[in-house]
Amino acid sequence: MSKLVEGLYYSKSHEWVKPLEDDVVLIGITDFAQSELGDVVFVDLPEVGNTISQEDEFGAVESVKAASDLIAPVTGEILEVNEELVGEPELLNKDPYENWLLKVKLENPDELGNLLNSEEYAEFIK
Amino acid sequence: MENLSKTCLYDKHIQLGAKMEGFAGYEMPIVYTGIKEEHLAVRNNVGMFDVSHMGEIIVKGKDAMAFVESIFTNKVETLDFGQVAYGMMLYENGTIVDDLLVYKLNNEYFLLVVNASNVAKDYNWIVENSDKFDVLIQNASEDYQEIAVQGPEAEKTLLMALNIDLSNLGFFYFANYDFKNHHLLISRTGYTGEDGFEIYASAEAIREIWDVLIEYHVVLCGLGARDTLRFEAALPLYGHEISDKITPLEAGLKFFVKLDSDYNFIGKKALLDQEENISRRVVGLELTERSIPREGYEVYKDNQLIGHITTGYLSVSLEKPIAMAMINRPHTKKNTEIFVKVRNRMIPGFIRDKKFLEKKYNKTKGA
Repeated sequence: MSKLVEGLYYSKSHEWVKPLEDDVVLIGITDFAQSELGDVVFVDLPEVGNTISQEDEFGAVESVKAASDLIAPVTGEILEVNEELVGEPELLNKDPYENWLLKVKLENPDELGNLLNSEEYAEFIK
Repeated sequence: MENLSKTCLYDKHIQLGAKMEGFAGYEMPIVYTGIKEEHLAVRNNVGMFDVSHMGEIIVKGKDAMAFVESIFTNKVETLDFGQVAYGMMLYENGTIVDDLLVYKLNNEYFLLVVNASNVAKDYNWIVENSDKFDVLIQNASEDYQEIAVQGPEAEKTLLMALNIDLSNLGFFYFANYDFKNHHLLISRTGYTGEDGFEIYASAEAIREIWDVLIEYHVVLCGLGARDTLRFEAALPLYGHEISDKITPLEAGLKFFVKLDSDYNFIGKKALLDQEENISRRVVGLELTERSIPREGYEVYKDNQLIGHITTGYLSVSLEKPIAMAMINRPHTKKNTEIFVKVRNRMIPGFIRDKKFLEKKYNKTKGA
């Protein structure tokens, strides 16, 4: 069984979004995603200051076996990148909800409405 | 995934929690606990793989040796009884039907072990080319199940677990052994770059051996680790480094082709013609920036497309981004600076040899 965290928003491409304050969110990958990938060995992330757009590819998470594109669950400017993942990509296997990828300032908070809540996502990955 | 075949170990894979995927028409274990862990177990200790999907074709009869010699790139006549050879079968134009192991039981009996994905094609091709020979050809893939036990501790483990002493079995030799009331054929061969063995037997025997080896803590490995291991040893995989579009010379496998001998084999003439002017070649490649060169990615030099990656990984053993790549000449020279296109970014690297890793075959034993 994949772990889920209540109160997060989920995309069908298996990213999660956690709202902080002032339209700032954290973005990561779900437990289902890391478990499907297996040993994560490389995380390819964009740079701070760049913009990501909902449903566009913004990087990749790579396991030993394959590269998996990251799809932006929301649109906004990148405020921070989790640099810890560069040296220790396996953190995504250990705790995918604690180890976020990007901190983003939302351009359009209404976009969160396009995402799934935890029950809907649980149903989606069943 | 419809109509996938199951090996005799299928139920065990499911019980043991393997992640299963379709491969060559079979539902096979891709990973058990993690590719890294499985890979390192084989490099440092011992692991085992279900490779029952591999195809076995028997060639027997008065002309068996002459026939196998005529369809196989490597030497057959000079093999000892009980010796194994790696080589390929070629089309007239020199491209590859399949790569395979030939087991020579005697001059009138050969076992050909071929890729699962090619069994039907290989069998038909072999039969089509056997007209002029007095031979009987039999697809025995259903009768032979197979596991590979690989790693530096393989020999010791098999002695303890099965009470079979393989210390006198030479590299690329095989012999018959008994386990309980079962008959086993074991060769000192493998697809990992490590010392190890491949065990052929009935389904019942293979299931028993599998269980005993688990008790002896042999690490269960899936096809994921099999690929990362064979890649680091620069061993080719059909459909990647070799195919019906690629010749052995282009694949860098000339060592396994008896070109400078009197033996004739299908495709030899095409290779002799090509030898003068090979337009491309499989080489090694390494990236100098953090990234991973994956199969199919394009390789560039001075903005010119010069080839593509055939297999690439962030090497589990070496922790470096390395690959095998099919590169157009003359860009195949060592240290040629190249770029690999990864998600629309050009990542720098260089051409290198394929000796990613020192192979640790045990060539000291027996024979």
